[in-house]
Amino acid sequence: MISEIRQILKEHGRLASDATTLADDADLYQAGMTSHASVNVMLALEGHFDVEFPDSMLKRGVFSSIATIREALETLTQGR
Amino acid sequence: MTIATPSTQVASKSATAAPTRVDAVRRIAKEIARPNAADVDHKARFPVETIQALKEQKLMSALVPSDLGGAALGFGEVATICEVLATGCASAAMVFAMHQIQIACIARHGRSAPGLCQYLREVVEKQYVVASVTSEVGVGGEMRNSVAAVSREGGRYAVNKDATTISYCEHADDLLLTARRAPEAPPNDQVLVLLKKGDYRVEKTGNWDTLGMRGTCSPSFKVFAQGPEDHVLPAPFADIASHTMVPVSHVLWASVWLGIASSAVSTARAFVRQQARAKPGTVPPTAVRLAEVSSLLQTMRTNVHDVVSEAEDLMTHGGSDALSSISFALKMNNLKVAASQLVVQVVNQTLLICGIMGYKNDSPFALGRHLRDAHSAALMVGNDRILATNASLLLVLKDD
Repeated sequence: MISEIRQILKEHGRLASDATTLADDADLYQAGMTSHASVNVMLALEGHFDVEFPDSMLKRGVFSSIATIREALETLTQGR
Repeated sequence: MTIATPSTQVASKSATAAPTRVDAVRRIAKEIARPNAADVDHKARFPVETIQALKEQKLMSALVPSDLGGAALGFGEVATICEVLATGCASAAMVFAMHQIQIACIARHGRSAPGLCQYLREVVEKQYVVASVTSEVGVGGEMRNSVAAVSREGGRYAVNKDATTISYCEHADDLLLTARRAPEAPPNDQVLVLLKKGDYRVEKTGNWDTLGMRGTCSPSFKVFAQGPEDHVLPAPFADIASHTMVPVSHVLWASVWLGIASSAVSTARAFVRQQARAKPGTVPPTAVRLAEVSSLLQTMRTNVHDVVSEAEDLMTHGGSDALSSISFALKMNNLKVAASQLVVQVVNQTLLICGIMGYKNDSPFALGRHLRDAHSAALMVGNDRILATNASLLLVLKDD
């Protein structure tokens, strides 16, 4: 899952640093992800993993690092 | 027959209640702001008398918490003050609104820094005026990007910025500036820095000769600053912007625009009454237009007041999750777009009512200043930019 998240960040996150080598807990916003880019990341994640982030998860914190994104995706795909 | 009072003042809610802060502001709006508004507009000069009167009422520290000596007013009351002031002079009201936005940011996000708490105490005592330096050459009007960066060494910060507009810069004591967190930080990793008088100098690089809002005196400047490191606000600007700066700006700006609209409608009402008095027994044809614009004004007022009270409630009791939510951002952006369009529609309609008497600058029913001031609303943070943001937010909002 981590490598798929990295690939999506690489394509849509418009990060200043390379998403494939970024630490799991590195702050994506400090790495240059804008709120506009985070919307595209979210849409790409929803498409790729076939999930919908509920409004309660549409928070800055959820998309702040690779680790927090994985945590959110694991919650959404639980029991599949 | 004594149907007098062709007044344009906003009526006091209760004649018997003890005078409140808002009553004091009504007096300032009527006796100081309005008589000076044409001169402020004509000369594009700072509304110095009105700001002085607000300082005497200790209103520059209206949003400073009570434990630091401030009045700790709610956002709703500050919004009402902006609305009332704008019925007299929109430039003065906008200066007051912009100052309050800066104080709100420091008061809500600087409490953990002793230097900033001390500063808020000084604002109470000295009634400092604080201006905003968020604009910058080279970022295309995007407040959430900076070129300038803060560097830190030995407990001091240093920052230089080439700003496209700094409202009332030459009349402010202190500045609040956005810049990248560090020289190596990406454009959107920003902080907010308090530049105290004596810690900065500015070089004026342009003029302020505009269609409206002329008294806000907002030319372009280069800013050079260095000062103590604890004047850098500890919270990331991303949070300050979404939790405080954007919602407070939209709420207070919309209140100023509502004041412009109310004042224009008052002028149109006085005009129609005058026509009615000239021919008792017939309803002047303009009265139908007045009925129409009165409904439009009510739509605007209801929208502004409703969102102001919801924002006040969330900002007082809601957690950071509520303030970062997409629905809150959408609502605040919708208020800005709607109010900025309605103010122009309302003033346009009042001009149709007053006709040539509204078009003439030296008439008691002149509406030129209202119209020119109103047209700034769609431009200060362009509506297209805000709608584009909302369009992308709506792609992910689920309504659950």
